[in-house]
Amino acid sequence: MSMNTATQTVDTVDASEIAKFEAMAAEWWDPHGKFKPLHEMNPVRLDYITTQIAAEFGRDLTADKPFEGLRLLDIGCGGGLLSEPMARLGATVIGADAAERNIPVAKIHAEQSGLEIDYRHTTAEALAAAGEQFDVVLNMEVVEHVADPLAYLTACRQLLKPGGLMVCSTLNRNPKSFAMAIVGAEYIMRWLPKGTHEWSKFITPDELYDLIRNAGLDPVDRKGFVFNPIAWSWSISDRDLSVNYVTASIKPA
Amino acid sequence: MTHDADVLIVGGGLNGPALALSLATAGISSAVIDALPEDTRESDTFDGRSYALALASVRMLSALGLWDGLEDHAQPILEIKASDGRPGEGPAPFFLHFDHAEIEEGPMGHMIEDRYLRRALLGAMDANPQITHMPDSMVTAQEVDTTGARLTLADGRALSGQIIVGADGRRSGTAERAGIKRTGWDYGQTALVCAIGHELPHNGIAHQFFMPAGPLAILPLPGNRCSIVWSETHARAAEIQALDDAAYLDVLRPRFGDFLGDIHLAGKRFTYPLNLTIANAFVAERLALIGDAAHGVHPIAGQGLNLGLRDVGALAEVLADAKRRGEDFARLDVLERYQSWRRFDTAAMAVATDAFNKLFSNDNPILRVARDIGMGAVQSMPGLRRRFIREAAGLTGDVPRLLQGRPL
Repeated sequence: MSMNTATQTVDTVDASEIAKFEAMAAEWWDPHGKFKPLHEMNPVRLDYITTQIAAEFGRDLTADKPFEGLRLLDIGCGGGLLSEPMARLGATVIGADAAERNIPVAKIHAEQSGLEIDYRHTTAEALAAAGEQFDVVLNMEVVEHVADPLAYLTACRQLLKPGGLMVCSTLNRNPKSFAMAIVGAEYIMRWLPKGTHEWSKFITPDELYDLIRNAGLDPVDRKGFVFNPIAWSWSISDRDLSVNYVTASIKPA
Repeated sequence: MTHDADVLIVGGGLNGPALALSLATAGISSAVIDALPEDTRESDTFDGRSYALALASVRMLSALGLWDGLEDHAQPILEIKASDGRPGEGPAPFFLHFDHAEIEEGPMGHMIEDRYLRRALLGAMDANPQITHMPDSMVTAQEVDTTGARLTLADGRALSGQIIVGADGRRSGTAERAGIKRTGWDYGQTALVCAIGHELPHNGIAHQFFMPAGPLAILPLPGNRCSIVWSETHARAAEIQALDDAAYLDVLRPRFGDFLGDIHLAGKRFTYPLNLTIANAFVAERLALIGDAAHGVHPIAGQGLNLGLRDVGALAEVLADAKRRGEDFARLDVLERYQSWRRFDTAAMAVATDAFNKLFSNDNPILRVARDIGMGAVQSMPGLRRRFIREAAGLTGDVPRLLQGRPL
């Protein structure tokens, strides 16, 4: 009888924790909820990532599970908005997030989606120190938040196998990006909580290329993610890297 | 998480099978729930029904590998002549003339009989391992939740999939069961449809006469045959439909004129009450509507099937692109991309055909003069005329890849 009660107490605690994480997962994945801007941007991010991976590793995106056999790390995985698509395309995915609360949330959603993803509360530096190696490292909208970008990108290089691919996106630093990303996104549109970004930490494309080279990687491509407020849609641009942009880099063999 | 098929398509007409075949090219499996029995679909006798396929629709059928087998049965529309007319009178002095030689893409459309198009779609579906055709099946219930979509059929069978697509026509049960309401109105007109044979060759010319009661379209079929679509008030149409064939032809002859010699019936006669009915939403959780289930427009410009195939091309492209990105294509934000793509086009077409019909379906002498002058004006401006042709051929706007003749 007493054992029963004890078990029940544990179950009750677990159940309420799980309910909380389920609610957070639902919030992360609600296309019209708090993370709406991220969901709206996700198709162009995925288009860029999938095209780069397919080109680098000779995969056919029209095939079923084209990324089978590739080991991929998603740094700053959040609720798994990039990890899940990569797993669905067949990659073996490790999702890492420095925010501990994101891990159970991402795990619960992956389970609901029927996907196997290894989510860990850890950092790029810790994974590199443990000697982990990947074919692909996704480094999306992280570098503008770290204290030492060069040390961070060096850890990313260590995480790549020779010939491996890093996709890194961030925000440009100029008057337009200040207007769009800080004033527009945080204050006017309320897309992001105020204080999400520190404009002084934004990096220009040339600065990022230099950082990537200094970290020992070869940058091979850069494109802009451009938001059109009239069509209310994102597109990939060869020339307009003025606010959001993305790069692809290879670790020399 | 395993489903009977990725997509459950309700409706075995033309759009449903076309969607199933389009999705299969992107590795997306489907089940097509068809109310009609197999032998009805397979019948090869001409029942009088045919379609005007816009150039974009022809390109789509090519992309799906169907056009090679259809082309020999299709009649290219080389010219379109539109004129204002009253029964027993000759055409008005001003009339519109669209010639395919004015655009570089080739014939602006083709006429194809239902029996050929239907059987080509059916044959391709049956040969495709990714498609399960379920003839003689009625849906009685549907439900969706976070894990998938389920249908219950009249014989008690149950089916599960990622999403349900309603391709079940103007009175879509799929839309109704999902609680999607419709907006629309009755035109007070019924379309009379039949095929006729005639003495003289039509030379690939389609005619549209704007009569007081409504438009009369004469669309060329292979040989000395034409498909006729003509509109009358509901009451008058019912009277005409009740006549025997000889009396029916007596009503048609003065409207038709004698420019193709003597005429006779070459198939069954049909009537379709004309109304505009647009679903208030084209998508819901795990559900999308295509074709007339989304938008039944006035068939004045023969754009019903063409609009439907554009839906098919757009939905297939949205789902295929999502799948290739690794997205869960059943998510509402993915389906909403289809809705926002198709909504504008649909509204524009509905308003255009509606206004066109209101302008032309009356005997107001002032309007009659105005439209004669208008037609003359369009006729005298090649640029504007070319725009009309490209619009009718489905070459304008954000055209889905399949309708450009490209693979998904």
